[in-house]
Amino acid sequence: MLFLLAILIGVLYGAAVYLLLRRNIFKLILGLIFLGHATNMLLFVAGGLTSGRPAFLRGLQDETIGMSDPLPQALILTAIVIGLGVTAFALTLVYRFYKVTKTVDFDELSENE
Amino acid sequence: MILVLPIILPLLFMVVLIFTRRWLFFQQAFSLLASIVLTFVSALILADVYQNGIMAVQPGSWEAPFGITLVADTFSALMMTTTSFVAIIVMIFSPGFIDKERQTAGYYPLVFGLLMGVNGALITGDLFNLYVWYEVMLTSSFVLIALGGSAEQLRGSIKYVTINFIASIFFVSAIGILYGQTGTLNMADLAAKMRTWEGGSYINSALMLFFIAFSVKSALVPFFFWLPASYHTPPIAITALFAGTLTKVGVYTMFRFYSLFVVFDQQFWQIFILTLAGLTMFIGVLMAASQFDIRKILSFHIISQVGYMVMGLGIFTVSGIAGAIYFTIHNMLSKTNTFLAGGLVYQRSGSYDLKYLGGLYKASPFLALLFFIPAMSLAGIPPLPGFFGKFFLIKGGFEAQQYFITAVAILTGLFTLFSMVKIWNEAYWKKEPEDVKVKNGKVHPSTFVATALLALAVILLGVFAGPVMEISMNAGEQIVNPEMYINAVLGR
Repeated sequence: MLFLLAILIGVLYGAAVYLLLRRNIFKLILGLIFLGHATNMLLFVAGGLTSGRPAFLRGLQDETIGMSDPLPQALILTAIVIGLGVTAFALTLVYRFYKVTKTVDFDELSENE
Repeated sequence: MILVLPIILPLLFMVVLIFTRRWLFFQQAFSLLASIVLTFVSALILADVYQNGIMAVQPGSWEAPFGITLVADTFSALMMTTTSFVAIIVMIFSPGFIDKERQTAGYYPLVFGLLMGVNGALITGDLFNLYVWYEVMLTSSFVLIALGGSAEQLRGSIKYVTINFIASIFFVSAIGILYGQTGTLNMADLAAKMRTWEGGSYINSALMLFFIAFSVKSALVPFFFWLPASYHTPPIAITALFAGTLTKVGVYTMFRFYSLFVVFDQQFWQIFILTLAGLTMFIGVLMAASQFDIRKILSFHIISQVGYMVMGLGIFTVSGIAGAIYFTIHNMLSKTNTFLAGGLVYQRSGSYDLKYLGGLYKASPFLALLFFIPAMSLAGIPPLPGFFGKFFLIKGGFEAQQYFITAVAILTGLFTLFSMVKIWNEAYWKKEPEDVKVKNGKVHPSTFVATALLALAVILLGVFAGPVMEISMNAGEQIVNPEMYINAVLGR
């Protein structure tokens, strides 16, 4: 499982970097989304994989040893929410940019004064 | 519990301001009052911390390693006070400079969102919480930099958003890896664990990710290109606020992390940081010298001056750190002041481009003086605070026998003087250009008052360099001896 997840994270990072380097600003945003997801997975794996154990237990005192660590999941939840907000803002930004300049090409980003 | 106020108050102010967005006069008056209250609270915290040592609060009664701790030491309290003071000045400046559309489109609530993020990042004692505060701060700044939506601003903000998002990714990955290795997120607990760590220097991989994240945010070489590409696009009041707060928070975090977490391979980190500091200050100032837009010259200067602050970190003695802290405070004031003076030039002459400016000294000597004071302060002319900042840093460098970086710092000072004199010569001293018509605009009284007040504050910082330096020494001691921080948080 760890091996598979590691490969998945690597592929996600690779795809993100590939998209970030494209000339299209919309693909840049897609790259940012991929980057965010890759990092969320990284947090998940780095927190330690314990399969088949609950993150929350109620009313059981001795079984805390059998719990999986809930903290990385809480962190990922927060990171997902923040990533969602930033992505939404970035998409709006690109939309506005398209409306103003009628293009989503990177060249339009340089200042040709 | 006073330590909760710097976060709660801006939140309350922001909520009030969001709901009263259309009442322009109320917004202006309320935000001015609110920033004064904020400065007062921060100053109270500073006085308390200076007298009684590091202050730590455990909200929700979750004891230290488990809950999120709020910690204020002298450095963070000093930074908070200066940030809120800069906010007062910008709040006086804005009504006369920013157009009404932007002012009613949420400018004021966003400023307080930014302040909440900055204060939170300065006083949190938890790694992940620090990331959240950074995002609060950055999200506000994203909207502020795009506010108004002109094509130029949109260009700048796409770059700004992208690079900051990527830097945040580095930050979160580092937190994840570090948590996986140590099982804690509390900064003091983490620092204590590292001091008895058996796992060797694997921790350095996470530290390097942190370092990249913060050097992007504070615009160190080689991660600085986003700053001059985006900072000049919004109205200059917003740029001034950014220049006075954002990059400095990155520098602050770097100080905090270096003090707490760099336990292994200290020699490597010291050489690494000193090299980057030297490159940053030199390359920044050289690139500033080749620009002709006032805002761009000043933006490149931010980079160069971040180099000085990080140099103090690389020296890492009490006097070096204290010099860097004093320099940071000076820079927050003087840098904001030069940007505001640039705003006055714009109101007077309708341009930021030095080619289309001239004769401003003859036209209005007062405006020229308002630029002259902070510019000479940045260049390091006594008795202005820039001189003392550089003096203490260079003295610290000599005492620590870091001769090379000290030489670079002195050389950079010369170039800084050169590019400040360039603005002075072109905009104020030379005759009006004959082929272009220079606009003869009016300077709004509020912008003039704000700039004059800040110039006065810059002079006072130079006059009272002794007492401020004493506070900085106190802060420097706390940075150099991280045990004080660890013990205060863990209640040992």
